[in-house]
Amino acid sequence: MHRRSGTGYTGIPAWIYAIAAAGALFVLLPLVAMVARVNWSEFIPLITSESSLTALGLSLRTSAASTASCIVLGVPLALILARSPFPGQRLLRAFVLLPLVLPPVVGGIALLYTFGRQGLLGKSLELAGIQIAFSTTAVVLAQTYVALPFLVVSLEGALRTAGNKYEAVAATLGARPGTVLRRVTIPLVLPGLASGAVLSFARSLGEFGATLTFAGSLQGVTRTLPLEIYLQRETDADAAVALSLLLVAVAVAVVGLSYRRPRLGVAPEGALR
Amino acid sequence: MRTARKHILALLAAGALAAGLAGCAAGTPGAAGTASNSNSSAGASETRTLSGAITVYAAASLKSTFTKLASDFEAKNPGTKITLNFAGSSDLVTQITQGAPADVFASADTKNMAKLTDAELIDGAPANFATNVLEIAVPPSNPASISSFADLAKPGVKVVVCAPQVPCGAAAETVEKATGTTLAPVSEESSVTDVLGKVTSGEADAGLVYVTDVKNAGDKVEGIPFAESDQAVNTYPIATVGTSKNKELAAAFIAAVTGSEGKTVLSDAGFGTP
Repeated sequence: MHRRSGTGYTGIPAWIYAIAAAGALFVLLPLVAMVARVNWSEFIPLITSESSLTALGLSLRTSAASTASCIVLGVPLALILARSPFPGQRLLRAFVLLPLVLPPVVGGIALLYTFGRQGLLGKSLELAGIQIAFSTTAVVLAQTYVALPFLVVSLEGALRTAGNKYEAVAATLGARPGTVLRRVTIPLVLPGLASGAVLSFARSLGEFGATLTFAGSLQGVTRTLPLEIYLQRETDADAAVALSLLLVAVAVAVVGLSYRRPRLGVAPEGALR
Repeated sequence: MRTARKHILALLAAGALAAGLAGCAAGTPGAAGTASNSNSSAGASETRTLSGAITVYAAASLKSTFTKLASDFEAKNPGTKITLNFAGSSDLVTQITQGAPADVFASADTKNMAKLTDAELIDGAPANFATNVLEIAVPPSNPASISSFADLAKPGVKVVVCAPQVPCGAAAETVEKATGTTLAPVSEESSVTDVLGKVTSGEADAGLVYVTDVKNAGDKVEGIPFAESDQAVNTYPIATVGTSKNKELAAAFIAAVTGSEGKTVLSDAGFGTP
């Protein structure tokens, strides 16, 4: 992957820099434009209003829960995809990655027909006394659905880059598969797992379409920060912009913190290939 | 080649003349009426006067009616092109404020139109052309046996409404206040479409939407009218956007919407007259 690393040779034609600068501007300019529109005198009251804080709290709680679900479901998936070749593996990978390219609204509709009251599993769940519609659980489901591929992709990349030499050695020394996983594999890919978890958290934080379609929008229950922004935009553009900036700040903080870590073992760039 | 150019010149001249005439007419009260009168008296020149293209920004609830009105209008006036853009009224207001190339704006409420008139982005006074009231929408099986507005407040009924920030939610709040019924909705959506979606999918037992939405949804939902709906009547205004480059055509389209054929199409869809 990094054929040129270590030689000091960069070999990038000058015109690439110009286009790269345009690309960076394309990403940065909308953020700058948004910051320019912030009504600073009202900023603090706007982001500390009761509805804003409730939405932020709900977003952080549901995103944390979704990240946990992503780790529980995603680590085994990534292990299987990276380590044990089996028929249909490529197909499974394609399906696991599908939410990455699916419009979130489509994800929401699919979830609705699965976990909704009239859905595939929803009817049985309702008989069992479990109601998912319009609950915070629905928000977590929607977020997990869209965020899972981020964790799987990151971790699978890390696992493949790390290779299985150490695991093979551990096994020849008599370690059982469970011990190898716990003592060798997981510690080896921990940075990749961490970056995958952070990406999942960030994706969950920004989830909008699937939540709106599947979970609804009620303050304190299902109205996360993106939904609150969408609603505030109807009446109070200043509040919408202030909340948008808050969301950007939280996302930048989360992603920034995780990438500043000293890189041990497998670097996140291996994970992000 | 040369004759074709002559034709074009003649057309341009006719157009300029007509525009000049209409410019004079616009000074008199009831400009739209005068303009359409002069069109009909001029007979053949009508198609010459009405040419070119306009973009109409209309509230999402007007989608089916305005699509029909626009294609009827185009059929009647060959050489004209009406491009339609449907979205929530407040979205459209934001777009027009940011300089979107709209010629006509039709809002689902007077509040959003007022945002544009206050910003002096509208030409003349808006004309009210339709009204809409709320209706209860339930899944065809009506699982919660809803028959009145008060039923919506029964415990265990999953009701979905619009958030108070959007027109349909404000109307729902007004009805609640007027009837003294307090609803405990399971969700407050940002648009009527989202409310209707929750009802058609069977997630919700009932939703508060507009009469026209129920009619438009066909047999996917059942509508339950309630007397208290007249407490919150939504009025739809339409107007020419100030920056329009074809105010002639814009005025003619508005005349078609507010005129008799517009009334027929709108009332067929369930709209009331203001």
